[in-house]
Amino acid sequence: MNKYNPFEKILIYFGIFVFMTFILLPFIEMFYASLRPLDHLFRSPYQFYSDDLSFWAYQEMWNTVPMLGRYIFNSFFLASCVAILTLIFVIPAAYAYARFKFPAKNTSLYILLAINMFSGAVILIPLYKLLRTLGLLNSYQSMIIPGVAFLIPTAIWLLKSYFEKIPIDLEEAAFVDGASRVQILRHIIAPLSTPGLVVVGIYAFIGAYAQQFLFAITFNQKKEYMPIPTGLYEFIGYQSVKWNEMMAAALVGMLPVLLLFVFLQKYIVEGLTAGAVKN
Amino acid sequence: MNQKLKSYTAQTYIAYALIAPAALYIILIVAWPLLETIRLSFTNSSLAGEDYVGLENYQKMFSSKKFNGIVTRTFVWMFFSVSLKLIIGLIGAVLLNANLKGRSIFRVLVMPPWVVPIAIGMLGWLWLYNGYFGIIAGVGMRTGILDGPFGFLAYKQSAFISTIIADVWVGTPMVTVFFLAAMQGVPRDLYEAAYCDGASRWDRFFKITLPQITPVIITMSLLSAIWTFNSFEIIWILTEGGPRGSTTTLIIDTYKQALGNYKFGRGAARAVVVMILLMLFAGFYLALLARINKKISHE
Repeated sequence: MNKYNPFEKILIYFGIFVFMTFILLPFIEMFYASLRPLDHLFRSPYQFYSDDLSFWAYQEMWNTVPMLGRYIFNSFFLASCVAILTLIFVIPAAYAYARFKFPAKNTSLYILLAINMFSGAVILIPLYKLLRTLGLLNSYQSMIIPGVAFLIPTAIWLLKSYFEKIPIDLEEAAFVDGASRVQILRHIIAPLSTPGLVVVGIYAFIGAYAQQFLFAITFNQKKEYMPIPTGLYEFIGYQSVKWNEMMAAALVGMLPVLLLFVFLQKYIVEGLTAGAVKN
Repeated sequence: MNQKLKSYTAQTYIAYALIAPAALYIILIVAWPLLETIRLSFTNSSLAGEDYVGLENYQKMFSSKKFNGIVTRTFVWMFFSVSLKLIIGLIGAVLLNANLKGRSIFRVLVMPPWVVPIAIGMLGWLWLYNGYFGIIAGVGMRTGILDGPFGFLAYKQSAFISTIIADVWVGTPMVTVFFLAAMQGVPRDLYEAAYCDGASRWDRFFKITLPQITPVIITMSLLSAIWTFNSFEIIWILTEGGPRGSTTTLIIDTYKQALGNYKFGRGAARAVVVMILLMLFAGFYLALLARINKKISHE
């Protein structure tokens, strides 16, 4: 029943082609633009063909925006800090949700889901005032602190489902043998949940890398702390935009998350869809 | 019994202790700011200080024609964006669910717009929409649809449509992936039985697939409604709410009032409206989820 006749096959592939064009066109066009000399880009109407494609923009971009390397470092640094902090807060909580029964368990899980639905934009004003009072505006912390809060809910849900997969019998057996809770955590839970922790950590890293814009433009004006999504706007000059270099830098800026995701997409997608599809 | 009760309360304490750090963090960084926003909406707070002004912010806001226009615009924008995401996502999922060569590669290739930082993806769209040098204007000019350069983000209507398309681009992959996951969860024997009874591919889609994945479709419509409502970066980067306010949605307006002009009080009043609408959405969503869960556990 899953056989298609040639006509159906062509139709489906054509459909996929159109769909994929919509999804990938911006990336293809960004890559193409990054290879073309600037004066070829500035021809109207659009020229489909350039004969002197090169990776020159990928060298020149570091000179045009001297801080580019710093921005990329900042993005990595911010995302890593957010991911690590998220894990620190989430591991004990997710374990509690996976293993214990307690009053208000389900209610609080649903509240976590509801928090996911608030955009950071709603609470920017008090956060701005809070960070100003604490003297944290224009610092790494101003982007890390709110970033963590918005990743905690999903991370708890994800990690909880990983913990639930570890058979409780193992723990009970160890408990009967006289192991303490700390020992159980160290010798049973930790090794068995490493894959889950890696996936949730990477999810948090990708999420943190992606959410850098709003908090960065609101809470930080200092160049030396800017992450790459805001730093890229420096290619937009007073006279003209160096589109080829900006696109090259944009691609370099998105590469780390893309690579991470391609390697781990199976696990991340499984974890995320499991909540919505089967739950 | 006593022993059991004791261990139960002990469990409760341990559980609460384990959850406490995350809970406190969220209370401080999310819950308190939400309440503080409500309080600020009754003041004229700015960088200079604040005084209690009662309902003034709300009265001004609701009596302004501009604000009412923004609310309407937000819902129109949302309606088109969410519908397109669902329709394109469903079509995409059907296509990628077909048992053909290369489908596992296509399934990975759908995801980049979802994963890549929105702010970076939007740079690509800025270039595509460029009126003189962009590929869309270029194709338009060469095919004669456009008789000259056309800045897609420079005119009211085209900017409105262009921001919707960019938002659909960001949101579609996730919808597709979720629909696809749901389709693969449909029991195979349903299809086999229908096939034996002579049901066509078309029938099988409308009579089996669609009813089976309806819960996911409903969940995803609500979720994408919420995310679309919250969409900030896309519009901010492409148009900053312009030209002449034609792409200013509630979120953009809230941001502009609060942090563009540092009129915290007015911004907070708008944020409260956003909050109330979001709580309505969230309420719907959670009620729905609870119903679906109940249904599943009954079956």
